[in-house]
Amino acid sequence: MKILVCISHVPDTTSKINFTDGDTKFDTNGVQFVINPNDEFGLTRAMWFKEKQGASVDVVNVGGAETEPTLRKALAIGADNAIRVNAEATDGFFVAKQLAKVAQDGGYDLVIAGRESIDYNGGMVPGMLAALIEANFINTCIGLEIEGDTATAIREIDGGKETSTAKLPLVIGGQKGLVEESDLRIPNMRGIMMARKKPLSVVEPVDTTAETKAVQFEKPAPKGDVKLVSPDNVQELIDLLHNEAKAI
Amino acid sequence: MSVLVYTESEGGKFKKGAFEVASYAKGIADMLGTSVTAVSVNGGDSNELGAYGVDKVLEVKNDKLNTFNAKAYADVVKQAAEKEGAKVVIVSSSADSKFMAPLLAVHLNAGYATNVVALPQSASPFTVKRTAFTNKAFNITEISTDIKVIGLSNNAFGLKENSGAASAEAFEPSLSDADFGVNVTSVDKATDKVSIADADIVVSGGRGLKGPENWGMIEDLAEVLGAATACSKPVSDMGWRPHGEHVGQTGKPVATNLYIAIGVSGAIQHLAGINASKVKVVINNDPEAPFFKAADYGIVGDAFEVVPKLIEKLKEFKANNA
Repeated sequence: MKILVCISHVPDTTSKINFTDGDTKFDTNGVQFVINPNDEFGLTRAMWFKEKQGASVDVVNVGGAETEPTLRKALAIGADNAIRVNAEATDGFFVAKQLAKVAQDGGYDLVIAGRESIDYNGGMVPGMLAALIEANFINTCIGLEIEGDTATAIREIDGGKETSTAKLPLVIGGQKGLVEESDLRIPNMRGIMMARKKPLSVVEPVDTTAETKAVQFEKPAPKGDVKLVSPDNVQELIDLLHNEAKAI
Repeated sequence: MSVLVYTESEGGKFKKGAFEVASYAKGIADMLGTSVTAVSVNGGDSNELGAYGVDKVLEVKNDKLNTFNAKAYADVVKQAAEKEGAKVVIVSSSADSKFMAPLLAVHLNAGYATNVVALPQSASPFTVKRTAFTNKAFNITEISTDIKVIGLSNNAFGLKENSGAASAEAFEPSLSDADFGVNVTSVDKATDKVSIADADIVVSGGRGLKGPENWGMIEDLAEVLGAATACSKPVSDMGWRPHGEHVGQTGKPVATNLYIAIGVSGAIQHLAGINASKVKVVINNDPEAPFFKAADYGIVGDAFEVVPKLIEKLKEFKANNA
């Protein structure tokens, strides 16, 4: 089984978010970048398929040379090969088009992407990719087993979960639940040394145009101070929620 | 041309989110000087949609679509959009709509903006405001394609009643076997509990509750308020509560009217995930907990003393305001 895991290079979850150039660009100054958490759950599940079922695992990212340390980290975790599509990830459709080319050229059976990146939260790349390569697609996936050419997947739905089956090739929009937080792997020294020697190929993008553009950013308006209520007077909280906030 | 809205239903009834996307579609249609067509799949009473500004409902009745199937539903909405010559298609941010919409966007060659929180800022160029960086920021996104798909953030626009009436028309899209490549074999959904996505109020517990055996009061408080229950990331990582309850950056986003956090310290990832909620209340014994900086109302106190008192007083309040 050939698996492709799509990796987004995103600001660490604890990052403070600022903008530059008249609030038209994300300010990367002082920001630490990581593998998008939703992708990392998928990558870790792919490692399970590699170890238990002999799958090969490639990772791919659409981005400039500055994203290579994130791909190297994925190699250090255990992926076999990395591919970087040498282009700025301008919008979800553009990225999906690039990934579709890589997925088709590589003849992958299973493509795992995170359900969304934690930076732009577009949440559209896995589905668009599936539509472009005409593969089956399961989003918000929290459990995945493969037997032969058939996948059994658990999808998180509003208020519960749903189990479904689909033939490969399959695209997954993954998230926590594919593996547990405690299953995530911190690369060890041996992994990091090996990752330096693993192939990281750079391919040029296919010609396509973005359909959307983030033209301006804003930060939420600063919040007023919290109104504190005495723990001995919870009735006051109820009155505030009812009369002032109109929330109950 | 018209604005097309996909109005979701469950068990033959429209979901609350359906009325919100309908209200939003009416707002866009007014901007563009056109009408609103809804497409419903085994949906509810179309007259209900008229009350939120829908002019016409394409009613799809098909037993093959009793269980949600993203590809088949995308095909239905695509054919409805083509029939209506729709230039703007609106969907909600439910798990099902977010599953379906990327497929729809590719099939319509449409640009797709998710997590949109307001009516377009301008129609030409077509720009919408959406959340990004998990609610740590907004961005203004321009959609440059001829057809646009918009995913409206839950609870961002609200319901806007309208005095119109909707006409209903049977619609029979052609579906192929290729639409049913994914087969749902079982659905496990608590029907007696309100889901986080649909709830007006969410009550959330954190590590401060010390153990899963103490969740009774969280559930009791939720029950009094008709709220959904949620939890912080460490709580779900330790297995105290199911993953489906984890809210925050890597869990579920919450955009509810009232969010009550009990024993949740307020890590930046948690706050990002719940920031779109309108009113935030924190109960925590640590006055330095970061959540107090994000909350509207707070009680510095021991949850084990405060919450039972709150439940008791809320029961009185509910009895008096029933």
